[in-house]
Amino acid sequence: MTTDSEKSTNPPTNTAAGTVAPSPATATALASGHEGTVRDQIDAYLHRVRGGEMGMLPALAGVVIVAIAFFIATPFFITNTNIANLLTQTAGLMMLSMALTFVIILAEIDLSAGVTGGLGMAIFILLTNVQDLNWILSLIIALLAGAAVGTFIGFFVARVGIPSFVVTLGLFLGFQGLNLILLGNAGAYRIETPAVIAIMNKSMPVWASWAMLAVIVAVSLLTGLYDRARRVASGVAVRPMSLLWARVGVWVIGGGLVVFLLCLNRSTSVIPIRGVPIVVPIALTILWVGTMWLDRTRFGLHLYAVGGNPEATRRAGINVALVRMAAFIICSTLAVVSGLFFASQTGTVEASAGAYTVLPGVAAAVVGGVSLFGGRGRLAQAAIGALLISMITNGLGLLGLSAGITYLVQGGVLILAATVDALSRRRSGSTSLARA
Amino acid sequence: MDNPIIELKNIRKSFGPVDVLKGVNMQVYPGKVSALVGDNGAGKSTLIKGLSGAQPYDTGDVLFEGQSVTINTPHSASALGIEVVYQDLALCENLDIVGNMFLGREEIFHGMLNQPEMEKRAISTLQSLSVRTMKSVRQKVSSLSGGQRQTVAIARAVLQRAKVVILDEPTAALGVAQTEQVLALVRRLAGSGVGVIIISHNLADVFEVADYINVLYLGTMVAQLKAGETTYNDVVGYITGAKTDHTPLEEVVS
Repeated sequence: MTTDSEKSTNPPTNTAAGTVAPSPATATALASGHEGTVRDQIDAYLHRVRGGEMGMLPALAGVVIVAIAFFIATPFFITNTNIANLLTQTAGLMMLSMALTFVIILAEIDLSAGVTGGLGMAIFILLTNVQDLNWILSLIIALLAGAAVGTFIGFFVARVGIPSFVVTLGLFLGFQGLNLILLGNAGAYRIETPAVIAIMNKSMPVWASWAMLAVIVAVSLLTGLYDRARRVASGVAVRPMSLLWARVGVWVIGGGLVVFLLCLNRSTSVIPIRGVPIVVPIALTILWVGTMWLDRTRFGLHLYAVGGNPEATRRAGINVALVRMAAFIICSTLAVVSGLFFASQTGTVEASAGAYTVLPGVAAAVVGGVSLFGGRGRLAQAAIGALLISMITNGLGLLGLSAGITYLVQGGVLILAATVDALSRRRSGSTSLARA
Repeated sequence: MDNPIIELKNIRKSFGPVDVLKGVNMQVYPGKVSALVGDNGAGKSTLIKGLSGAQPYDTGDVLFEGQSVTINTPHSASALGIEVVYQDLALCENLDIVGNMFLGREEIFHGMLNQPEMEKRAISTLQSLSVRTMKSVRQKVSSLSGGQRQTVAIARAVLQRAKVVILDEPTAALGVAQTEQVLALVRRLAGSGVGVIIISHNLADVFEVADYINVLYLGTMVAQLKAGETTYNDVVGYITGAKTDHTPLEEVVS
């Protein structure tokens, strides 16, 4: 990690503002983690993993192992039909676990996220079906209702100081009642908007599917090149180009394989079905925007800081209450999006929607490696966790095992993931103690 | 002798009927380390909280670079260039060194964090303090030792162009080698022209690092001594109240 740093860094200057007078040339070069060859980078990564910073490694390994296991166990698992099914089955849970990640990073919880999604959809269906309002406008109002719910939760958590568990438990109970009242005795409405049904049940044309992949690859490459150019301009070390090409290559090959399979005809009737489900680009866009926000903006840094040490963050002059409010608003708004996905999947809006989805959503985030202790976790981890849980449900279903077995396995995976998290925390804690 | 960068005159603070500071005078000089010692309850924390803006004084004058100033929020202290490194460090363990050093004062480029620039400034600040014990500024603070964390906290203050850095018990939780590192860092900090106030119960550390020793006893500044011209026993005497002859620092210095 420290080798080669002289080669790849310009000698750091002491002219930058805010530094004290330079001391004699006793200082050795401090690295930034970007120095060295590909080999050094891999060594440094392995060092971090051994130190307990495993990131999405356990969940990704889980996805690969489960995929291989089901591939061996049943010929129906890795087929273009099932991959399409898997993606749509994952979408709602994935969106919910991503929504929850924003508050879990703060070591908070939103037990009402599922029913908030149900509430948003109840409002949506009443506006479109009963009031005959334009569906886009109705959706915007539903999303705003979600934001309002988030503001409500945030106010009680951040300003009044009630634990989020209690506030959102209250809303979890209350909104189930509100949904029953809103949707009346019928208790369920059919969605009459073709565009909304299409999200989960229709696919993009083949050309658009490939165009989506091209956009993903281009974004991945351009962000990499942009970051690199910015680092070069600032005169700090940059990683070898080959790592960027490797990342782009993974997208090209992995994404290409999935898009190729999805662009084969998967229909059993005369009308062909092909292409990537419409929900995929929607979910990926939200994942990308959310990740940019968390990784690259002041808000993201402050969110992680509050999750790590609220008192330190407050002393740094940051409005902690405002950060908490914002996290709950984002969570509840994205919860409405997940409600939209669930509703689109079934084609109906029910009063009981969302009552049973929130805990699997939390489980998915934890399985992905988002820490309930706060301060650690990324949206992509929550998404991978949701994928892993859906794969288990889907695969065990294909094997003809009962729902009972599926729940047992899901529970086991959750406890396993929590154990991995706890052990890795202990590991990163123990390394610091050992050095102290 | 330089003029003091901070001069406290007749500072008083009481909590209800309890007078915690009873007309305290103190001077802090640029490029010098001023130790503040005293037994528990002597008023050290209250004196420091007033300077950091966490808890304003009731009455008394605060002169900063000769000008009378009012410090009533942490923000106003920070704006003057007074930074406090708290005993519990106030770092976020889950963030890396750069994130912690810039928390609340991030550099922004086109609405996004300017990571390369922050990284560069973090590296040059740490290097200007001759920090050699860390590998990478992208390490998470959770992976750092107590002394390294103290270093990050001090570097954070330096990065804010602090003119005065207040260190609250910087060596309390550290082992022998780590203590030496931090004390050396404190000397380098003062060597760069910063006025340093160090609060410590460890008189060995105080004698090793301080230029001046200020002793508080029950809310009164009972002694202001040059570290080189006093003894361990004298300081203990002032702290415990056994010695009471009071010499203002101006007379000591002149």
